[in-house]
Amino acid sequence: MKAARFDYIRPRTVQEVLDHLAEHGDEAKVIAGGQSLVPTMNVRLAAPAVLIDINHVEELSGIEADKGTLRIGALTRHAEIAASETVAAHAPLLSMAAPWIAHEAIRNRGTFGGSLATADPASEWPACATVLDATIHLVSARGTRQVAAGDFFQGVYETAIEPDELLTHVEIPAIGEGYRAGFSEFARRKGDYASVGVAVQGRVGASGAIGRLLKRGEGRLHDLRIAFFGVAARPMLATAAAAALEEQPLDESTLKAAQEALPTDFTPMEDLYMSSAAKAHLARVLLGRVMTTLYHGEGR
Amino acid sequence: MEPIHEITLTVDGEQTTRRVTARRSLADFLREDLGLTGTHVGCEQGVCGACTVRFNGEQIRACLMFAVQADGARVDTVEGLTETGDLTRLQEAFHRNNALQCGFCTPGMLIAASDLLIRNPDPDREEIRAGLSGNYCRCTGYHAIVDAVAEAAQNGKEAEQ
Repeated sequence: MKAARFDYIRPRTVQEVLDHLAEHGDEAKVIAGGQSLVPTMNVRLAAPAVLIDINHVEELSGIEADKGTLRIGALTRHAEIAASETVAAHAPLLSMAAPWIAHEAIRNRGTFGGSLATADPASEWPACATVLDATIHLVSARGTRQVAAGDFFQGVYETAIEPDELLTHVEIPAIGEGYRAGFSEFARRKGDYASVGVAVQGRVGASGAIGRLLKRGEGRLHDLRIAFFGVAARPMLATAAAAALEEQPLDESTLKAAQEALPTDFTPMEDLYMSSAAKAHLARVLLGRVMTTLYHGEGR
Repeated sequence: MEPIHEITLTVDGEQTTRRVTARRSLADFLREDLGLTGTHVGCEQGVCGACTVRFNGEQIRACLMFAVQADGARVDTVEGLTETGDLTRLQEAFHRNNALQCGFCTPGMLIAASDLLIRNPDPDREEIRAGLSGNYCRCTGYHAIVDAVAEAAQNGKEAEQ
């Protein structure tokens, strides 16, 4: 099918975008990569009267690291994040997750900010932003506002963004000394949205100088943040599972305890293809897989 | 009256200026307005990959962009890349390996495969499958397509030496 008629506006600055948003309110839709918006327009699930194309607003693009903070512009493409050495050094979780997002042709066009603002419950970036305690920066004609990722995602395709607001960039605390990241997901086909996925970051080792001498497969886990996606309306922090692993080495019994804590954290919602019980099983398997890789393997 | 936008873009190396409605997809623009029917339109929701083209040098879905957004851009289609010889090695390998039956997916497959070989000139079979994972083929079962891309990569390596 084809999209319904709309008016097309192509601003060059954030200020122009805000003026248009203030004028048109929820009649307007911002288009970035359009990889989720255009399919919904083509099947007429969405029919915005006005489309505000931000692809030429240069100040919304780019990746920078400064004083322990990684800043990613909303318009930064998935493929740019996947290829960025700055991202790999400061937020390796994002580098691990990027190849799981759809396919190359989609990654070349889809954007970081667009994915967060869309808030598909089965998408990768919202879970990563939650694990990394990212701060999401919003601006409107009324002023600027910062929202923690934990408060930003509110439901299926629902976020804290008001109709007159634009997501400009995201700030992420750089990964600390001794910390490692891990990411895994199960999808029915390569590149599909996840049935279940998991993102993790945490510290392995003892405190201070001794911690740096530990080899892979040694030490204790600390300060773990584990988020599952595809299991609920928004990313779910698995705090009970993380508590079961806190200050423990990763052995069979602690991993089992963490897996058995998962039902305390969430009961997965079923989808068109998979029951709640099947997703709960996958969540256990993925937790074991991602923690084992993080502890013993290549988790950075 | 639906507003009309004038756009100027370079398609297959040739600059062209046209008038389009905002809702004209880039894929429909290439096919209907420019007569470049090598770019196929399948699902129109970004899933099947038949409409894959190069946009400023990178592969994208032409059904997930509006033509008006391509104003000022460079777009390369299967026709243009055939003419420049960019796809010759792949096309020969597809032919030799029977990597197409009905041919509907082939233009998208060729763009995706050429993009893969630019990024990774020596892919293994898993990497080829990952590189083509966004392109559906309902005839071949994919094996012959993977064979063809592997052969084109091999021939490319030999041509380098």
